[in-house]
Amino acid sequence: MKILVPVKRVVDYNVKVRVKSDGTGVDIANVKMSMNPFDEIAVEEAIRLREKGLATEVIAVSCGVAACQETLRTAMAIGADRAILVEVGADDDLQPLAVAKLLKAVVEREQPGLCILGKQAIDDDANQTGQMLAALTGMPQATFASKVELADGRLVVTREVDGGLETLSIRMPAVVTTDLRLNEPRYVTLPNIMKAKKKPLDVLKPADLGVDIKPHLKTLKVSEPAGRKAGIKVPDVAALVDKLKNDAKVI
Amino acid sequence: MAALVIAEHDNHAIRGGTLNAVTAALKCSADVTVLVAGGGCAAAGAAAAAIAGVSKVLLVDAPHLTEQLAEALAEQVLAVAGGYTHILAPATAFGKNVTPRVAARLDVAQISDVTMVESPDTFQRPIYAGNAIATVQSADPVKVMTVRTTAFDPAATTGGSATVESVAAVADPGISTFIKREVAKSERPELAGAKIVVSGGRGMGSAENFKVLEPLADKLGAAMGASRAAVDAGYAPNDWQVGQTGKIVAPQLYVAVGISGAIQHLAGMKDSKVIVAINKDAEAPIFGVADYGLVGDLFDAVPELAGKI
Repeated sequence: MKILVPVKRVVDYNVKVRVKSDGTGVDIANVKMSMNPFDEIAVEEAIRLREKGLATEVIAVSCGVAACQETLRTAMAIGADRAILVEVGADDDLQPLAVAKLLKAVVEREQPGLCILGKQAIDDDANQTGQMLAALTGMPQATFASKVELADGRLVVTREVDGGLETLSIRMPAVVTTDLRLNEPRYVTLPNIMKAKKKPLDVLKPADLGVDIKPHLKTLKVSEPAGRKAGIKVPDVAALVDKLKNDAKVI
Repeated sequence: MAALVIAEHDNHAIRGGTLNAVTAALKCSADVTVLVAGGGCAAAGAAAAAIAGVSKVLLVDAPHLTEQLAEALAEQVLAVAGGYTHILAPATAFGKNVTPRVAARLDVAQISDVTMVESPDTFQRPIYAGNAIATVQSADPVKVMTVRTTAFDPAATTGGSATVESVAAVADPGISTFIKREVAKSERPELAGAKIVVSGGRGMGSAENFKVLEPLADKLGAAMGASRAAVDAGYAPNDWQVGQTGKIVAPQLYVAVGISGAIQHLAGMKDSKVIVAINKDAEAPIFGVADYGLVGDLFDAVPELAGKI
């Protein structure tokens, strides 16, 4: 069984982004970029399934600019066997629906038994692509997964839902999206980084896949959120209780 | 124009987020229908009909919809979607799971986590953990969106008198099966809608120490939350996580104890009305957003606070 793992190159989670003064977006020039943290968890899960003998090949795929090759090399350093970049131009506004369509085309070529994606990317915070891929391919989905098991040709997935956990059994091929506690991704070692450089990386264009990537949403502006000012420090608990009761009137 | 709200419910009662989604729907269209799809869900349908502002309830009652799995529910939404210009659901684990399936099948974009309806085709939504707000315009004939529940007041649960129309269920795609749900039983209010939240962070030091917060939460009638660091360390259950990738809360009072205040955590609580931070590190970023900061040992301060309230 092949496992397809889509990965996204995003602004590193430690970076606090700045909104551009002209309101057209956030400034990501010269900012550290990394693999979306949920996608790292997805790659790790796929590698673990292969290490258990439940999968034969892990294919990382990214849709984005040429620099996403770095992200794919990272995925291969974690352990993915090969990679595919669906390359778009720097001016293309690639939105989740278009990504899902590109991934569907890749699924049709590669015929994976399982697709593992991060539940959301930490840049646009959309939380859509996995579900959309599942819908477009007619696959079942198990989103926000905290445990994945393969049994008798089906996937048994524990999901993090509001208030607790839910367990589903889904037919394969299927889509799983990862939550934070699914696993802890391994550290990438130098020998594996070197090995990853030699692994195959194919580059395709959306046109090669016959997919129209036109955006459906137009971003009119991007602005700073309403700021929140720091309040006051209180000297002791008694002063705090007084403030909460008499100033804020919340207790 | 007409809006369809996908109700989140447990077959007996409507869950809170649905009420916020109805308010958002009313900003898109005066004609709001609520879809209640479930198994043995007549009571939830009746509750939906009583929500103020709702014109119509579509009730779909079938055994395979009891657990509202995404595959079956999305098919059902698609079956009734004709004629609606807006399809909304709360941006909860439920809504996030099902709405992208609907959007993709309609070949339209989804607008996630809407915090403001500027006009029926223009919306605001936070990106980058709330460090930027994007205003987006949809060119699609149908606007599919999830609604940030803390950004819209809940619609009143009474005062409505919607008609209830029973709709035949479409077939179960039969590709997913529910096995079980383990929901933590708690006397405390639900985290997402609680008026007061007491949250602990890595500074709590252990799962055992987290219990220090309980008397305070009990006194305040508060829900309990946690930072990602505390959840990752195993101090608190997963579904307590407040933040960019956990729950978004905006209570009247948020008490952050032993939480340093990473941007990912602030993304989940900075819209709270009043924020109290208790931390021994005077330089912790949480003090940058707190209305009232107390620098000190939480193990002294929290019991004292519980005692004085």
